[in-house]
Amino acid sequence: MARSRKRHEHEDQPRRPRARRAPIIELNDVTKVYPGGHMALDRVSLAIGRGEFVFLVGPTGCGKSTLIKMLIRELSATDGSVKIAGRDIGALSEKKIPQLRRNIGTVFQDFKLLPNRTVYDNVAYALQVIGASRAEIREQVPATLRLVGLSTKLHSYPDQLSGGEQQRVSVARAFVNHPPLLLADEPSGNLDPVTSIGIMQLLYRINKTGTTVVVVTHDREMVDNMRRRVVELYEGRVVRDEVSGGYTEESTTEFAMRMRAEMGVGAQDERQTNGHSHDHGLA
Amino acid sequence: MSKLLFFFQEAFRALRRNGAPTLAAIVTTVVTVILLGVLIPIFQTTQAKSDEVRGELNIQASVFDDATKAELVDLREELLAIPNVASVQFITKNEALKELEESLGAEKANELTSALNSNPLPASFKITPDDAANLKAIEAAIEPTKEQFFSPIVSDVFDPTVSSEEIEEVTSALKIVLSVITALLVLASLMLVGNTIRLSIYTRRREVEVMRLVGATRWFIRWPFMIEGVVVGFAGGLIAILVLWIGKITIVDPLGDTFAFLAAQNNSTLNFPVLVGILFAASVLVSTIGSGLTLRRFLKV
Repeated sequence: MARSRKRHEHEDQPRRPRARRAPIIELNDVTKVYPGGHMALDRVSLAIGRGEFVFLVGPTGCGKSTLIKMLIRELSATDGSVKIAGRDIGALSEKKIPQLRRNIGTVFQDFKLLPNRTVYDNVAYALQVIGASRAEIREQVPATLRLVGLSTKLHSYPDQLSGGEQQRVSVARAFVNHPPLLLADEPSGNLDPVTSIGIMQLLYRINKTGTTVVVVTHDREMVDNMRRRVVELYEGRVVRDEVSGGYTEESTTEFAMRMRAEMGVGAQDERQTNGHSHDHGLA
Repeated sequence: MSKLLFFFQEAFRALRRNGAPTLAAIVTTVVTVILLGVLIPIFQTTQAKSDEVRGELNIQASVFDDATKAELVDLREELLAIPNVASVQFITKNEALKELEESLGAEKANELTSALNSNPLPASFKITPDDAANLKAIEAAIEPTKEQFFSPIVSDVFDPTVSSEEIEEVTSALKIVLSVITALLVLASLMLVGNTIRLSIYTRRREVEVMRLVGATRWFIRWPFMIEGVVVGFAGGLIAILVLWIGKITIVDPLGDTFAFLAAQNNSTLNFPVLVGILFAASVLVSTIGSGLTLRRFLKV
């Protein structure tokens, strides 16, 4: 009783709507210097709003992975502030970190699946370890696996699946508790181009449900085709931030776009990709 | 409730997967607990024996046969006035002879007395100190020397239980050796339990990584490992107690009828259920400490 009243009061507070409008990710002059003295991030400032789909690109060693690790407080910033949903996560106590991570889904290049558990158990595991009830698990896991298109492989083990299917399991695990933010660190790094498209479509569909998605990638074609916001890092600095950019600056130019249209790639592919994902849209 | 089930499932899954190190840890725990189970009663018994001997420690001051009754009464008062004297008991010539007869057997005592034609034993005072440690001081106070002359009727002062010191020396040496062995074994089982947990952390680093990523709390990640360690201690303790119990009913109990030393165990303060409780608590405690320390060192979450 007292608890519900408290929550109600909280909703009445004027701070809450403002926090709601705050960008889900907000970096202010974030600098990260590793103990060896290597500067991985150099005064990075970046804001990503709720519901955005953002590609994070740049050469190896430019600080993309450091940035992702910082967002889940695997690493702390040497200087500057990292805010998630308006809260400075640098100030979070050790105890609050799990709570932060429950609100951020993560997908990695190497899937990070548990080899001795079935597809179903792998996804259920994510709910079990955050203390979800059995009813919740029974409801959410099959629903999420249906979303990623693996409802027929519930009882398969990861080594019986293709790379693309394994990555879908990993996406399902990241999304099973419907976090408002999903981070994907090179999700298609180990996959062939066709399979990559499938994974990207899946992330796009998840984005359509209102989840903010940040994808680190080296997949030039994918970025060029999808035309979403692109943030490019180079030697620890943001060197480009375009609302609907290509993988490199040149590929954004009108010339390049016309060129691709002429050659039958790019715009056409983009239409296909979008059309496809709308067919399976979640709306 | 489902959480608890999850913890136990995870713990047993890990134990199954690390069969060999788990077995090593359990066996070491079994050996340690068995040794403890044998040592504790032995300690108890030797302690009880040593206390018994200490309780019997006394000094006897024999008096000349021609001492008058008044002199004896005075002497008794004087002896009682010495610091740290707990009690003074008068033993007549006849009583002394009876004691001798008891310890030597009537025949031999008769031989002795018949050869001498009279009772050669002096009457004496048996002086019991309040603590065995004060024995020497009391003896020194009574003993007639050139410097001091305690009483004209005391002929001699003697300590009938010199051998008690030797008993204590032997038992304390034994105790030290056994304690060192036990301590080493406790350390070994601590380290082996720790090693089992460390291996488990290593084989389950993927799980730990995933748990961290999806936001499992620190203790949620730790509990299965903790339980794993406690299960090792539990199993080890249980097996050891079973072995001890079988040993007790097949070996110790039948022998207890013949050997007073073993029978003494049953009279000492520690009975078998209490011993079982202590051993069980010790094995679980050791394994908990072992896994706890290992988690602190190797599981950074």
